Amino acid sequence: MNLQEKIASLCPSATFEEGEYLLVNVADKEWHSLAESLKKELGFDYLVSVTGVDWNESLGCMYYLTNTETNEKVSVKVATTDRENPMLHSVSDLWKVALIQEREVYDFFGIVFIGHPDMRRLFMRTDWVGYPLRKDYDANPELNPIRLDAEENEDDSFVVTEDENGKLTKTDYKIFSENDYVVNFGPQHPSTHGVMRLRSAVDGETITKVVPVCGYIHRGIEKLCEGKTYPQTLFFTDRMDYMSSCQNRHCLCLCIEKALGLEVPRRAQIIRVMFDELMRIGSHILAYGCMAMDMGATTAFVYGFREREQLMDIFEKTTGGRMSQHYHVIGGVAADVHPDFIKDVREFCAILPSKVKEYHTLVTGNVIFKNRTIGVGVIGKEDVISYGTSGPNGRASGWSCDVRKRAPYAIYNELNFDEVIYNEGDSFARYMVRMDEVMQSVKLLEQLCDMLEKEEGNEYIAPKVPKIIKLPAGHWFQEVEASRGAFGVYIESDGGKNPYRMHFNSPGLNHVAAVDKCCAGYKIADLITISASLDYVIPDIDR
Amino acid sequence: MKRDDWKDNEYIDQLVEELNASGANVVVGTLDKLINWGRANSLWPLCFGTSCCAIEFMHLGAARHDMARFGFEVTRNSPRQADLLMVNGTITYRMAPVLMRLYEQMAEPKYVIATGSCNISGGPFIGSHCVVQGLDKLLPVDVWIPGCPPRPEAMYYGMMQLQRKIMTQKYFGGVNRQEKLKDFLAEHPEEAEGLK
Ligand code: SF4
Repeated sequence: MNLQEKIASLCPSATFEEGEYLLVNVADKEWHSLAESLKKELGFDYLVSVTGVDWNESLGCMYYLTNTETNEKVSVKVATTDRENPMLHSVSDLWKVALIQEREVYDFFGIVFIGHPDMRRLFMRTDWVGYPLRKDYDANPELNPIRLDAEENEDDSFVVTEDENGKLTKTDYKIFSENDYVVNFGPQHPSTHGVMRLRSAVDGETITKVVPVCGYIHRGIEKLCEGKTYPQTLFFTDRMDYMSSCQNRHCLCLCIEKALGLEVPRRAQIIRVMFDELMRIGSHILAYGCMAMDMGATTAFVYGFREREQLMDIFEKTTGGRMSQHYHVIGGVAADVHPDFIKDVREFCAILPSKVKEYHTLVTGNVIFKNRTIGVGVIGKEDVISYGTSGPNGRASGWSCDVRKRAPYAIYNELNFDEVIYNEGDSFARYMVRMDEVMQSVKLLEQLCDMLEKEEGNEYIAPKVPKIIKLPAGHWFQEVEASRGAFGVYIESDGGKNPYRMHFNSPGLNHVAAVDKCCAGYKIADLITISASLDYVIPDIDR
Repeated sequence: MKRDDWKDNEYIDQLVEELNASGANVVVGTLDKLINWGRANSLWPLCFGTSCCAIEFMHLGAARHDMARFGFEVTRNSPRQADLLMVNGTITYRMAPVLMRLYEQMAEPKYVIATGSCNISGGPFIGSHCVVQGLDKLLPVDVWIPGCPPRPEAMYYGMMQLQRKIMTQKYFGGVNRQEKLKDFLAEHPEEAEGLK
């Protein structure tokens, strides 16, 4: 029995569409029971993404699910035609990642999720008028001026529950009770790695609950993309997770190329992957430096940045940019690599192992560092899958979630490298995964240098990239392994020059959702080390 | 960049002219110079890093660019100890009240540097429904540094222009008394009540 037949037997009223993944159309009232059997009977334990879409005649969500054992994928579409009071059933009791992703949908589209325990806005101010990603959103600046007063009612939340007879009740409540002692941390704090705000309730020094408040750097990228042409949208990817700008851009390029059916020359693919891996090294080194600095070891930061500068030089020679490269373009890369590129990368790869050893000598064996990280912030394998905490954080808990292995893209299936897995799930394991991944990236780069030499002089961009890029009507989803985990792009096109809907599924958002799980029961001082070890980048979360 | 180019800044020339026109007392003028020399070379920035530009600012602090050479290295985490608000990164509607609050908590004389095209005009996010389209909508800005993100060298250029500006300012009776007590009380009647 194939997947479609299995699902049809579970939910006879579902309709199916073939596509890159099987798409299941299901009515909202059957969605929750289908979701339950998808998870429990068919083993779809990883909810990759929840994407809200406004299809004009209806509002709804696309769910992308993966079975982590078999790597089977399926997508589900659930929609409602009620625009006044749109409601869908929540699946946050099955997949914890929906806790935060459904809140995002509520914030952007105003869809209330029945059974979701915490329906607050996620990115916009609590007093924001309207739902910005709806097609009928009123963008009048008078409705939403720059407000300089504090946000009131930020504790107010509500939950909509349904009883057996289908009767809905809305209950208002406060996320912190009166007896909670709340410690605010951020949004402007040197250890939040950006403008994250974490509010934690403490009992003595022990954390009982952490509530992340996002949106302080929400720049409305997804909304802006809808008014841009496809090549223009590429621009934003470098500014979301600026520590994995190449991978993000690669992802969007892959998605557009997939929709266009464009073949990318081999040489371009090699160059792209090289930049991705260089970027990954840069990101992990920064994570190392910042994590050590958060614990007071400023020297480590200076050492880490020494290698980052060298990396920046390599980038700059080829692309002219230090941080934002704008190098991957639709069909290939923007220009050929600098003549010194291979030589520089080889040199960099040659010195890096000794530098990593230096990092270990400086920090890893340190008693304070060990005491503050080993056995702290533990999160188990089942939880990381449920929270969708992919990337190094997931691998530190024993989840083999590397997209480069799970669903190889570009030329990763030709390359020889190991997926770094630790099983402890604590801050130290997360740190070690990163350090080991740097070495894996070095191994990859060495192979890639050889491959690139063989391709000398070949095309670096596909010869037939259309001048004006129009995607056929339809929708596509693509994932890559960014520095922080699985980064996904969802594009919905109506056949025009601009995307109808573009959604970026950032790994950081899931990490933030898991902060509460990681921190509960530990001391308030551990909040710093735990969030440093999760290594999220805020513009990636907020977009 | 040649030194002459660096000195080419009409705005500062104008400041110098104003200063000369009103004439400076010899003693006070010399003291001014001394104090300004000290102030300009020990600017403590409040690092207000919100996004990408902040990473370049971190590079400024690391070994190769080493901002300690210019006296910028004491980045403060509390606005009360900072002279300079270095806005690195996009300011969104949700962040604006926080930024204003920090700015108001800083002690006079205070300066603002806006880094990156985001802060100049909204930059890449021009037209976004939730990005402040230019920092001048919120604060008086002393130096704008263009770039996305600006290179560390560009940041230096901007920060050194601020040093020049400080060196030409009148300290006594100038920036050290931006608000007279009388004017302040007139504007804030509730404080005057408290004094009585
Ligand atoms: S100016 Fe560019 S680099 Fe700086 S914060 Fe804005 S988008 Fe990021």
